[in-house]
Amino acid sequence: MNQLILIFVLLLLSLAAYQMGRRRAYGLVDGQLRKLHSLPVYYGLYAAMWCLLPALLVLIAWTAFDGAIISHLVVGQLPESLHGADAGSINLLLNDIRNVRMGLVPPESADPVVVAAAQHWDHLQRIGYAALAVVVLILAVLGAIFTLTRIHPQQRARNAVERLVLVMMMAAASVAVLTTVGIVLSVLFESILFFRLVPVTEFLFGTSWSPQMAMRADQVGSSGAFGAVPIFVGTALISAIAMVVAVPIGLLSAIYLSEYAAPAFRSVAKPLLEVLAGIPTVVYGVFAVLVVAPAIRSWGMSLGLDVASESALAAGLVMGVMIIPFVSSLSDDVINAVPQSLRDGAYALGATPSETTRKVVLPAALPGIVGSIMLAISRAIGETMIVVMAAGLSANLSFNPLESVTTVTVQIVTLLTGDQEFDSPKTLAAFALGLLLFLVTLGLNVIALRVVNKYREQYE
Amino acid sequence: MSNQTLPLPRPVDVINTGLGRRRAAERRFRLYGVAAITLALIFLVLLFISIIGKGYTAFWQTQIQMEATLAPELLDIADPADRNQVMAANYGAVMKAALRQAFPEVSGRAEQRQLFALVSSGAEDVLRQRLLDDPSLLGQTVSLWVPAGSDIDMVRKGHIDRSLPESERRVSDQELAWMDELAQQGRIEQRFNWNFLTGGDSRSPEQAGIWGAVVGSFLTLAVTMLLSFPLGAAAAVYLEEFAPKNRLTDIIEVNINNLAAVPSIVFGLLGLAVFINIFGLPRSAPLVGGLVLTLMTLPTIIIAGRAALKSVPPSIREAALGVGASPLQTVTNHVLPLAMPGILTGMIIGMARALGETAPLLMIGMVAFIVDVPKGIFDPATALPVQIYLWADSPELGFAERTSAAIMVLLVFLLSMNALAVILRRRFERRW
Repeated sequence: MNQLILIFVLLLLSLAAYQMGRRRAYGLVDGQLRKLHSLPVYYGLYAAMWCLLPALLVLIAWTAFDGAIISHLVVGQLPESLHGADAGSINLLLNDIRNVRMGLVPPESADPVVVAAAQHWDHLQRIGYAALAVVVLILAVLGAIFTLTRIHPQQRARNAVERLVLVMMMAAASVAVLTTVGIVLSVLFESILFFRLVPVTEFLFGTSWSPQMAMRADQVGSSGAFGAVPIFVGTALISAIAMVVAVPIGLLSAIYLSEYAAPAFRSVAKPLLEVLAGIPTVVYGVFAVLVVAPAIRSWGMSLGLDVASESALAAGLVMGVMIIPFVSSLSDDVINAVPQSLRDGAYALGATPSETTRKVVLPAALPGIVGSIMLAISRAIGETMIVVMAAGLSANLSFNPLESVTTVTVQIVTLLTGDQEFDSPKTLAAFALGLLLFLVTLGLNVIALRVVNKYREQYE
Repeated sequence: MSNQTLPLPRPVDVINTGLGRRRAAERRFRLYGVAAITLALIFLVLLFISIIGKGYTAFWQTQIQMEATLAPELLDIADPADRNQVMAANYGAVMKAALRQAFPEVSGRAEQRQLFALVSSGAEDVLRQRLLDDPSLLGQTVSLWVPAGSDIDMVRKGHIDRSLPESERRVSDQELAWMDELAQQGRIEQRFNWNFLTGGDSRSPEQAGIWGAVVGSFLTLAVTMLLSFPLGAAAAVYLEEFAPKNRLTDIIEVNINNLAAVPSIVFGLLGLAVFINIFGLPRSAPLVGGLVLTLMTLPTIIIAGRAALKSVPPSIREAALGVGASPLQTVTNHVLPLAMPGILTGMIIGMARALGETAPLLMIGMVAFIVDVPKGIFDPATALPVQIYLWADSPELGFAERTSAAIMVLLVFLLSMNALAVILRRRFERRW
C-alpha cells in the first residue's frame, strides 16, 4: 500500500513539474510563442518526465526485489542453530514467519524464534519503506529542479520528449519478445533440472507415468515413474476426438455461410457461432461434467458398454464444440479469399454450386484450410479447463475413447496445484511438460501461420 | 467402323441423364451445411438451457421462520454492553433450543442431530446481527427468518426427488415430515438469495456467495487493464507507425502473432516461475493474476490496435505532416483519436477473454479456498471462473446449482462486455 501512496505523490509532483515547466517556458518569452523552439507543453512534459521516470524505476525495482532481499537478511539473522539447515526447512520457517506477520497465527502460540524473526522482518520492512520514500522523493525533486532550471527558449524540448516517447513505445513493443524469452527461459531452466533427475529418453519414451513421489525415502512406492507416453497418447486421443467433431461441423458451416446462406441468415448465424467462441472454457468444463459425461455414460450402459465416468469421449466432444467457431471463422476467411472469378469460371462451365465448391473453391482454399486446422489442433492440445474437469487423472495407455485418459495440461495442473516444494521432481516434471507443450504448439502455429499467409498472398 | 455404326449420344442427353443425380448431390451438400450449423446451434442452446435450468434456483433460498429466545445464560453473555461478548456468544445453543421448542417430541441424539440440520449454521449469523443491531433484545423472544439447511433447500427446490425410497435419498422421512409441518404452518418460504450475490465463499453450500470472487476478478482485471491498455496501444502505434522495416521488427511481429496462439496455461507457468519464484510476489494475489493476464492479452490488443490504426487513411497523416506537425504529433493528435474506438473495442474483447480465463490463475495459486472478500491487489483472492471450477469440483449437491448460477453471472458480465464492444464499433465505425 505504501508504494501506491508513493506513486500518487510522484504523480502529483510530476504534475506540478509539468505546470511549472510550462509556465516557465511561457514566461521566458513573455508569451511570444514563436520565440520558443517548442510549444510550452513540451517544456512541461520534459520536466514532468524527468521528475517521474527515474523515481518510478527505482520504486519498481525495489518493489520487485524487496521480498527476496529482506528474506535473505532475515535468514542471515536467524540463530546459529539454524544455520546450514536445508532449503526445505528454511522455507517452512519463512512460511511460519509470514503467517505470524500476517496475523494468521497469534504471536503467543508461535515459536519465539519465529516471532523474533517476524519482528525483525517488520523492522527491516519499515526501514526499507522509509529509505525508499526518501530516495524516491529526492530523485523526483532533483529531476524536476535539474530540468526546470535549464529551460531556455532554444532548448529542443519537443525533440527530447518525442525521443523518449519513441523509446517507451519501443519498450512496450518489446514486451512481447520479453514474454517469449521469459516463457522459454523459465520452463527451460526447470526442465533442465528435471532432466538431470530423469533422463530425457525415459521421459519421452517411457510408458509408465506415476509422479507420486513419497516424502521420505524409505516409504513404499517412493520411486516415481516419469514416462510421458501415456500422457501424449491421451492428449492425442482427446484432440483427435475434438477434431472429428470440430472439423466437419466447422468447415461445413463455413462453406454454407460463405457460399449458400442469404445475407440475413448469415448475419444471425455467424454471431451466434461466435458466441460459442466467447464462452469461457471453464463453462464448457462444467457442461462436460454435468451434462455430457452422464449422458454418454447412460447411453453406453444402455448399449451394454462400460464407460468410464471421465471418458475421453466426453472431454473430446465438448472440446470439439468449443473449437467449432475457431475452425469455421478461420475457414470462412480462407474461403472468402478465393477470388470470385474462379467460381464464375466454374459456373460458366455448367457446374452446380456444390460442384464448384467441392472441385474449385475447396482445392484452391486447401492450404489455408489445412493451416486453420493446424491452428485448431494446437488450440486443442493446449486447452486446459475442459480436460482438467472432464478428463481423468490416471495415465492409462489406451486408445479407447470410452476409457479415462489424461492429458499434458491436466498433468501440469495437478502437479502444480497443491502444496509442493518447488524443486521436487514432481513440480519440475510439470515444467518439462510445459516446455514440450510450448514447443509443440509453437511449431504448429509457426507452420500454420506461414501456410495461411503464403496462401493469402497468392491471391492478393 | 464402329463410329459410324454406333451414333454418339447427344451431349445434352448425357447432361440430362446425370442431372437428377447432380441435383440430389447439390441438395445433399446444402443439407450437410444446414445440419452442421444446426448442430452447432443446438449445442449452444443445450449449453444455455442446461446452465440456466440448473442455476436459476440458486437465486432463491429456502428460509425458515424461527422463534428464538435470546437467553443470556444460553448465549453466555454477562455484559450486553460488551461488543466482543455479543460477537463471540453461543448463538448455536439458542438456535438449538428454538428448534427443540418447535419440535418438542424429538428425543435421542441421532434424531436431534437431524433436527439441528434443518437450519443452516448461517442462522447464527442472522441472530448475531439481530442482537448487534438491537442489544435490548437480550432475554426476549424474537421471531426471525433464517436460512434452511442445504438438504432442506434442495428438497424445496426439487433437486432431491421425494418419491425415491428413503435409503436412496439424502433426506430422511423424518426430516421431510418436519419440513412439511413447517410448511403447513407457513413457516417455510423461498426468498431472494441476496447472500449469494453479496457473500464470500463458504464450505456449506447454502451460505456460499460469489461476491469475493467477483471482487477478485474485478481487481485482477483492473490490474490487467491498467497495464495492458497503455502497453498494447503504445506497442501497436510503434509497430504500425514508427517501426523501421528491418529484421528486429519482423521478429517482434512474428513473435506477437505466435504469442497470441500460445496456450494460456504456459503463461501461468511463466507467472509461477518469474513473478512468484523470482520476484517473490505473493501467491494467490490479484496483482500476479493481473500481470499474467496482461502478458496473455497483450498480443490480442496489439493485433486489434494495429488493425484499427491501419484503417485510418494515409491522407489524414499526410495532411497533418503537411501543416508542419511532427510525426509523433500527427499520431497523437490525429491518427490515434480516429483509431481509438477500434483500439478500445480490441481492448474490451481482450478483457472479456481475460475475465473468462482460468488455467493461468490455477498455476499462480488463485485456487485457494478464501472466505474473506479481498481488499486490495495484494490480498489472497480467487476469480469468478476459478470459483466456478472450485464449486464444480465439490461433491455437495448444493454446489451444483451454485456452479451454474455463478456461470450465469459470469456470462452476464461477458455478454455485457461484448455488447459494449459491438455498440462501440457500430457507433464510431467510420468508413473512409
